[in-house]
Amino acid sequence: MDELMHDLVAPYALDALDADDLREFEEHLSHCERCREELATLREPVTALAFGAPEAVPPADLRDRLLEQARSERPNVVPLRRRFAVAPALAAVATCAAVALGVWVAVGAGGGSGPLRSSSLAGAAGSVITADDGGNGVLVLSNLRRAPQGKTYEAWVIEGSTARPAALFQAGPGTVTVRLSERVPRGARVGVTVERAGGASSPTSAPLALSAPL
Amino acid sequence: MPRELAHLSDEAVIALVARSDDLALAELYDRYGRAAYGLALRVVRDASLAEDVVQDAFLGIWRGASRFLPEKAKAAAWIMTLVHRRAVDVVRREQHRRTEPLDEGHSGGADTSAEDVAWLRFERDRVQAALRQLPDQQREAIELAYYGGFSQSELADRLGMPLGTIKSRMFAGLAQLRELLALDTTEGAWTS
Repeated sequence: MDELMHDLVAPYALDALDADDLREFEEHLSHCERCREELATLREPVTALAFGAPEAVPPADLRDRLLEQARSERPNVVPLRRRFAVAPALAAVATCAAVALGVWVAVGAGGGSGPLRSSSLAGAAGSVITADDGGNGVLVLSNLRRAPQGKTYEAWVIEGSTARPAALFQAGPGTVTVRLSERVPRGARVGVTVERAGGASSPTSAPLALSAPL
Repeated sequence: MPRELAHLSDEAVIALVARSDDLALAELYDRYGRAAYGLALRVVRDASLAEDVVQDAFLGIWRGASRFLPEKAKAAAWIMTLVHRRAVDVVRREQHRRTEPLDEGHSGGADTSAEDVAWLRFERDRVQAALRQLPDQQREAIELAYYGGFSQSELADRLGMPLGTIKSRMFAGLAQLRELLALDTTEGAWTS
């Protein structure tokens, strides 16, 4: 039985199994180390076949249609309402009450009822939280190493190819909350670089941490 | 259009896609959309079906990027696998058979960089050269299965061969293709 299954590795790699065989083989694969290893050796030539297809140029509007459809089903752009949102947004980065309070104050809680926008960072543990009708927003970072001697972290509000300086800060063990001195327009990202002490007027390197568009 | 994510690795871009970053999805499309469309069109042989395949595959990436495990597969392998499976599903469903002339697609209009286009051409020529070195029977089995979308049992019927023979030809052909591609030491410009 297993030998019969083993013979299906190559047809499986080529997507050449019929529906019944496919189900059976995938079930087999989940507990057969030997087949998984053999499949791994076939992945490279099969990927090569993918790139061996004749050249063809997709129509330009395919990209736009794809992105439009993707945006329409984006799961996490549902605006977070302030009343409910602060706790879950922060839960991702810290459970410390003092940090929650800092964020609450910094984004201008108390007045306004506009939605909060937040994004976790790629590249470092942390989040950006901002609101349309509150303050500029804050950057919350967990356990970022201290900047090297003579250097500082600098936060940027990035729109297209423009980056505006938004804060200089040090970091260390635990969680730091950094107030941004710039508003974060819709669609902008927040990034962090390491700069010479005193900061720079534009980033001198790619960001070490970067949010999604807010 | 500037590509602000152009410096990121495929894996980093997919990590951003997993966070529903649409610019990251656009970047991934700019890297792989052209190859994806070429593959889809080769299999389904119809421009509008090929567009559907590419759109469905990238939406699958959009929805499923968090399931991508970089330690298990390279990003390119993962993406092209999604495209190919979708294309095969469509061609089997449509019974859209490969005897029809190949639609050449459209001209112009993509953000794929000149370097990426050059790499795609280089890689395609390399793979086609390796395929030409395979014994005819192995090459036939692989091409009809992978590019034709035939299942192994359809192939056995079509070629009048026992199923076991078809499986062996596929396996021997892929193993030899791997050797031929590994012998070709000129690869390497892609990851920069």
